[in-house]
Amino acid sequence: MSLKWRKLRPARALCAAAFVSAAMIVSAPALAQTTITAVMSSGLRVTDPVMSSAAITNTHGFMIYDTLLGTDANHKVQPQMAEKWQVSPDGKTYTFTLRNGLNWHDGAPVKAEDCVASIKRWGAQDVMGQVLMGLVTNMKVVDDKTFQIVVKQPTGVVLSALAKIGTRTPFMMPKRVADTPSSQPIKEYIGSGPFKFVASEFKPGLKVVYEKYRDYVPRSEPASWTAGGKVVYVDRVEWVTMPDSLTAANALLNHEIDFIEVMSYDLLPMFEGRKDVKIEILDKLGLWTYYRFNFLYPPFNNKLIRKAAMYAVGQQDVLKALTGDPKYYKTCVAVFGCGTPYASSYGEEILVPANIEKAKQLLKEAKYDGTPVVILHPTDISSVKTQPVVIADALRKAGFKVDLQSMDWQTVTTRRASKKPPAEGGWNVHPTNGPLVGISDPLRNQAVGTNGSRAWFGWPDFPEIEALRAKFAVTSDPAELKKIAEEIQKLVIDEGVVVPLGQFVVPSGYSTKLTDVLESPVRIFWNVKKGK
Amino acid sequence: MATLPVVGTVALVVFSILRLTPGDPAAIIAGDSATTEQLEQIRVHLGLDKPIHVQFFLWLFQILRGDLGVSLISNVPVSGMILDRMGPTLALSTTIILFSVIVAIPLGVIAAWRQGTVLDRSVTAFSVLGFSVPVFVNGYLLILLFSISLGWLPVQGYKPLTDGFLPFFVRLILPTLALSTAYIALIARITRTSILEVMGEDYIRTARAKGLKEDAVLIRHALRNAAVPIVTIIGVGIAHLIGGVVVTESVFNLPGLGRLVVEAVLARDYPVIQGLILLFSFINILVNLVVDVLYTVIDPRIRY
Repeated sequence: MSLKWRKLRPARALCAAAFVSAAMIVSAPALAQTTITAVMSSGLRVTDPVMSSAAITNTHGFMIYDTLLGTDANHKVQPQMAEKWQVSPDGKTYTFTLRNGLNWHDGAPVKAEDCVASIKRWGAQDVMGQVLMGLVTNMKVVDDKTFQIVVKQPTGVVLSALAKIGTRTPFMMPKRVADTPSSQPIKEYIGSGPFKFVASEFKPGLKVVYEKYRDYVPRSEPASWTAGGKVVYVDRVEWVTMPDSLTAANALLNHEIDFIEVMSYDLLPMFEGRKDVKIEILDKLGLWTYYRFNFLYPPFNNKLIRKAAMYAVGQQDVLKALTGDPKYYKTCVAVFGCGTPYASSYGEEILVPANIEKAKQLLKEAKYDGTPVVILHPTDISSVKTQPVVIADALRKAGFKVDLQSMDWQTVTTRRASKKPPAEGGWNVHPTNGPLVGISDPLRNQAVGTNGSRAWFGWPDFPEIEALRAKFAVTSDPAELKKIAEEIQKLVIDEGVVVPLGQFVVPSGYSTKLTDVLESPVRIFWNVKKGK
Repeated sequence: MATLPVVGTVALVVFSILRLTPGDPAAIIAGDSATTEQLEQIRVHLGLDKPIHVQFFLWLFQILRGDLGVSLISNVPVSGMILDRMGPTLALSTTIILFSVIVAIPLGVIAAWRQGTVLDRSVTAFSVLGFSVPVFVNGYLLILLFSISLGWLPVQGYKPLTDGFLPFFVRLILPTLALSTAYIALIARITRTSILEVMGEDYIRTARAKGLKEDAVLIRHALRNAAVPIVTIIGVGIAHLIGGVVVTESVFNLPGLGRLVVEAVLARDYPVIQGLILLFSFINILVNLVVDVLYTVIDPRIRY
């Protein structure tokens, strides 16, 4: 080897090392992002969780927004954005102090004025918020982190309303967004929650993408429902819409997706014995199914005839037809839901078993004249298309003349809002369902509102029930609240304001790569880890 | 020249039918817990409280400015929604038509050539089967075999070409196979019938008498003269595919125009439905125009 070549050896080694290093840098894979791909109960189209009471919109809200207070698995109110609150000795002034480290996704700090504006906007739309705002005499900002709510008289509503989960949760938004009139949609989606909304990748009805908000400061307590620390362990969550449930099930089996929020009961056998997929009930409260009478027109403006219908329909028949497997349903007559603090069993003997003979007797007593009963039957939503058929069959057996009218859900939502006579585009019976977490007390359960023309569809008018609801709003003693709720249950069942048909739960399915998936009445993705 | 009056008539008819159909987009926006007052507030905000003729003219003036409006439900531009969904629809339509034509025309020609033989009867039987088996059955069976059992292909989804040719292509294979059976059956059948009609013509006898080989007779003389109905049916197929094949899109989770139409109808999202119907009618007119021009190329005797 020549001297010249030997002298160049260190330089050659250096060049080689530089080359190898450069090659490693260029070829090194970018740090892989952890993404959860989830198929939710429906596609997200409306992104304003105050304007819309749609469940998917509320779930979207929990991804990007935070709440002042949360509710834990024991139904207890816990602080969330609020560090603490103080109640004045007279029980009328609530002073909330925000905790440190709260920032909006655009980097601006969360201020008390944002919270006040958000509560006002939410209070204009939500049924519980309207009760709260009816009691509020003043809401004022004390400083950047402190604000006060002053009410007319002591009430438990302030805390329970601000901690509500259900639909139309009181999410906190920047003041400039919260100042949007509540009947108009917001145009910015800036929250302070554990995820950020990726607007550039949003395709309404098809795909929603959330990224971890890396500046989010979670609480230190363990997560429990919407209380506790919201710690995010993944980089992204993508919601994709799959209209075909069999395709979604196959995609989960084939590891193309990680999570399905709502599994079809009839597809569950596909997953038996699979070690790579877990089927679990994540919302143990579940849903209740019920039907509503139209109180404006015959025959159900007659209490005896309503009673006859209630005796005719058996809960087991409905629930068996709806889910097929007793593992997923239970009979329940509580208008505030079984498994909730105000559950009651009043009405079991009327509503649980089908008693056709008793129904016939009552119809005879009421001198039923054969007025047709128009039942609204949506055919395109699996969780509400079965009940009308079972109800129609039961009513016919009891001697009712039934007109079961099939239509899509959109037409149902229009028809049920119509106050016209049934024969002119109105209705007599409207079966439907709803999440249990949204009905757990007399204020948040719209179905027990009985203020006539301002009530929910069906328009029952019972001032005594409204008086009890108003009393509930201004009572703080837990024993007294329970007593009032029991009285409302009794009146609601006796008058047929709403007719519970039982409760059911819906299983979710997910890859076993996902761990620490939390049970909660609303689908949440914090705390969830994804393995390789 | 006829385009504008046709599209205009379609616009008027669709607008009227939509407004007469029961349904309320405010109810979808507001959700299940909405009160009557809240629904009315939303209707006022969306302009749905205005008289129908006022709504129509407002929309018409908007269209004439090239603005398809904004989705009532999602509050995003209709044109953007359509563009998002156009890619999967065009991709699927193109692969289906190309595959179907490549397979069906030779099948139809061979069946006509070997009329009455086992081959002919097999093609006819396949045609009947192709029409009869619903596309979702085809789809599920293909998924079961190629995705679940063999693990060769993904179950669902769409990736644009910008994500790479292979991810784009593999996701189109199963939906293309699922829906092509019906188109292959139809095109093969029409091809066979058309070829058989011309095979008895004098010029075919003359071509044979001149000593041309049978494949040259079939392709250069018979197929050329039988092409008009074949081109017609291919044109109809293209228009139908672009109009949306919602079952295929649902089974394979393709975010195409078919699903958008159904979703918009179920939600009574009037601007989206109106925008889509206008688009489809324009596409139909365009496809008919192209087919008419192709007639003159295939058969110089045809003149307009």
